[in-house]
Amino acid sequence: MNEREMLDRFLRTDPRDVGCTEAISVLHVYVDLIAAGRDAAGRYPGVAAHLAACGPCGDDFAGLLAAVTSEQAET
Amino acid sequence: MAAPPRYHEAVQLAGSATRELDEESASWLRRLASAASAERHAAERELHDRLLRIALTEVRRRSASTPVTGPELDDVAHQAAGDAMLAILAKLTQFRGDSRFITWAYRFVILEVSSKLGRHYWRNPPVALDAAQWERLPDRLGLDPHQQAEAAAILAEVRHVVDTELSDHQRRIFIAIVVDGIPLNALAEKLDLQRNAIYKVIFDARRKIRRALVAKGYLDEPGAGRR
Repeated sequence: MNEREMLDRFLRTDPRDVGCTEAISVLHVYVDLIAAGRDAAGRYPGVAAHLAACGPCGDDFAGLLAAVTSEQAET
Repeated sequence: MAAPPRYHEAVQLAGSATRELDEESASWLRRLASAASAERHAAERELHDRLLRIALTEVRRRSASTPVTGPELDDVAHQAAGDAMLAILAKLTQFRGDSRFITWAYRFVILEVSSKLGRHYWRNPPVALDAAQWERLPDRLGLDPHQQAEAAAILAEVRHVVDTELSDHQRRIFIAIVVDGIPLNALAEKLDLQRNAIYKVIFDARRKIRRALVAKGYLDEPGAGRR
């Protein structure tokens, strides 16, 4: 990726982005859909857009998904 | 000893939502809401143990991005598990069954870890609030002004937008997050703002800067391919 592409990626915003509050409010539902092998991003495109753009929410998502899937793997 | 009111309410919720709940979630609700204190306390201990295990894993997963280390990380995990447990018990009646109960519960502990580590950032911050390290902006944006005149012009335009199109409040947040690289969670804790309020400022600033750079011909309109 060249400099211009990096800058463009940083500045590009997705109008579907629902923001932190809404994304976090359904994070458990979103994670359960993924853990069940279902199309979470298709059902919640605005949440998917937000989690891809927001570092802290993306980190919370990664942590919750890891917690759920690690237990699935143990059982 | 009679169970606190929240348990009776949760029993009703669990009963009315039985058709929607998986067996494990229904069991959690039933036991956490039990009028029999021995059963209820056993369920609370089991849930706390699982929350603590998740919290300990989570603080280690995040350890590379926090100044907190060693036993203090474990302390954060224990505090997070305890606070999450209290929040879960206080909000049992708000569980709507739109996910598994345990996933809903784990969300509390993950968010507690996230919030507590953000707060710890200010105990020994690598950069002060309002440091305004503009010289770091090229790195933040992936640009090298010494190699390309155009990159320097882009940086000047970014700074012009920040100076002229953002309010004082928006500018302070943009500089803290983008220029100084302060983690969003840490800034939210410092300014006592919701995470979403800070994200919205950065979101709007990115849009304004991009619009200015498109107008100057440095970036393409969305959907227009650069040749």
